[in-house]
Amino acid sequence: MKRKVNPFSRLFVKLLGNEKYQSFTIPVFAIILSLIVGAVLIAVLGKDPISACINLLQGSGIWPKPKYAGGKSMLTDLLSFMNYWTPMIFASLAVAVALKAGLFNIGVSGQMLASGFIASVLIGYSGLSAVVAKPAVILIAIVVGGLVGAFIGWLKYKFNINEVVSSIMINYIIQYVVAFLINTKYVDPVSRQSQNISDASRLTLMNTQIGGYKYDIPLGIILAIITAFIIRFILNKTTFGYELKAVGSNRKASAYAGINVGKNMVLAMLISGSLAGLAGVTYYMGYFSSIQPKVLSATGFDAIAVSLLGNSNPIGILFSSFLISIIGKGRTYMSSSAGLDAEIASVITGLILLFSACSAFIQYKVKSTKEQIKEIEKQNNAEVKK
Amino acid sequence: MLDKIIIDGLSFALPLFIMAIGGIYSERSGITNLALEGLQGAGAFVGALAAVFLMQSFGMNSPVPYYAAIFFAMLGGMLYSMLHALLCVKFKANQVISGVVINILAMALTVFLTKVVNRLAFGAPSDKFELGVSQRWTVPVLSQIPIVGAVFKDIYPFEIIIIVVAIIAWYVLYKTKYGMHLRACGDNPHAVDAAGIDVAKVRFTAVMVSGALAGLAGMCFAYSISAKYSSSIYVGYGYLSIAALIFGNWKIIPTFAACLLFGFANSAGYQVVKAAGLPSSYSDLIMILPYVLTLLLLVFFSKHNNAPKALGEIYDKGKR
Repeated sequence: MKRKVNPFSRLFVKLLGNEKYQSFTIPVFAIILSLIVGAVLIAVLGKDPISACINLLQGSGIWPKPKYAGGKSMLTDLLSFMNYWTPMIFASLAVAVALKAGLFNIGVSGQMLASGFIASVLIGYSGLSAVVAKPAVILIAIVVGGLVGAFIGWLKYKFNINEVVSSIMINYIIQYVVAFLINTKYVDPVSRQSQNISDASRLTLMNTQIGGYKYDIPLGIILAIITAFIIRFILNKTTFGYELKAVGSNRKASAYAGINVGKNMVLAMLISGSLAGLAGVTYYMGYFSSIQPKVLSATGFDAIAVSLLGNSNPIGILFSSFLISIIGKGRTYMSSSAGLDAEIASVITGLILLFSACSAFIQYKVKSTKEQIKEIEKQNNAEVKK
Repeated sequence: MLDKIIIDGLSFALPLFIMAIGGIYSERSGITNLALEGLQGAGAFVGALAAVFLMQSFGMNSPVPYYAAIFFAMLGGMLYSMLHALLCVKFKANQVISGVVINILAMALTVFLTKVVNRLAFGAPSDKFELGVSQRWTVPVLSQIPIVGAVFKDIYPFEIIIIVVAIIAWYVLYKTKYGMHLRACGDNPHAVDAAGIDVAKVRFTAVMVSGALAGLAGMCFAYSISAKYSSSIYVGYGYLSIAALIFGNWKIIPTFAACLLFGFANSAGYQVVKAAGLPSSYSDLIMILPYVLTLLLLVFFSKHNNAPKALGEIYDKGKR
């Protein structure tokens, strides 16, 4: 008797079966699945998913809006989107470097806040000129973020404290201490946020007039893209990167091979923290110019999604952060023009996370279906021969 | 003042404790559970949802919505935890990542749904459910005893529920066959499998128990701290309870001690700020007390703890 192969499983294997491209095809599959679920959700609420999707793109300056206010154009929206995208790239790289070393840095938001706050206080409120202030901000961010990160790594290495628990505790400590300091010393009585930093220290050139249009030019985006390639180089081409990945994949085996596990863990967290620090200054001193007390930014947590989606690959992260930033940035325009709650955007981000967490299972499923099909075909061939 | 410290400390420590027991169930079976934070929020959301609908027909002061809310919160937490169980047991996802994902999704979903439900069912743009203040009981004679009597004063009804559930949970974990299988799953799942017991099933139910207990805790926090359900439920108590159970070495009784410590540190801090007449922004500094304490304690205790041996490992039959 001839057994038939289910056409769906054949398609499934055909699309995802090539192991060479799986690091790309499986995340795309996860994104498509979550967008379908999101679309169904939007349709259930009685709204049109396609136009909601276009609204997201319009809000990010990638698709033209029907009309623009005076002095604004699609490029204005696009640059503003890039301004939002920059901290996301840094934060996701921070998560990725830690993940490569087998550590889960969920404290990115706290590290962002610490560096953003300290840089604001030291440079943002001083009268330094732009040439000195901007590099100083970046330097302080790297140092502060790196120290917080390294502290978490050191706690893990020295006292065997689970980095997830310790970084969450440190998140809360930073959040409340910063809130206390802002409320007692640096508060702006009108906005109830910290006072605005000086324009000279801000990493985004706000309201720059070019050809009759106003643009916010994010300087950090160039640094972010260069950093992604630097991290890629470190991970793939240096001994340190190799050791770091070895520690991440098997701690005991690396120790046996003579790699200093503790040093690598602390260093990985140091780099991760520095990247988070850069995310912090591009967020609090670029995209924004003040800090809202008692709130941790969602960027540090969304970065986990971005990093997972990009397979912790620095270049993959450039793409995945682009996508997640579109959802994050375009939501305001979507909610005003389609009447959808802006929160649906975080639900869709959550769904993308959920499906990308299953990527190991999808990979396993593809493999087993592939073998099944092979088995059936072998049987069929044998019967034909008879 | 001492009375107030004990009363507030207990009403904070007990929900933390019941959630930590949930974590112990899950982790002793071998599933890392960082999802407690999301589970308590999702559970409390379902409970609060049930309460606001029941309050429409029973009135604000009826006890029915209160107990129904607790029941539905446990149910909701249990149902939502099945997602974590599914990911960890069936889909072989990384358990730490799954936990964090579950938390992020819980926060996004409940905030979104709270808004949608408020708009569709009550026609009001609001991001919270008002629950009303819980009633409180005082035991007549016992509460007159100096100092210790405060334990019996102004008790929330949920505190009694928690104590009963905790005793049952302790009994099941240490004195029944199921509890023994569960603990064995966390230490040597292959032996459990060889004995003819389904490891996946035991782990799945253990995670469901943790979901139900976390849901109960979330509802208690919603009633005791804020008297409403909103996104302010996600302040990290789930993670605090994980710290408590690590500090308690994955055992129920020491974990209880850890929770009491957190509870009293918290309430004592508030009373000190109040008594010293400091401005309210100083309460932000007090808020960090339990977290600093957790870190310090972990520094001293993490080195010597013995986590379940197979914790966080995906069970693979073929691997020995």
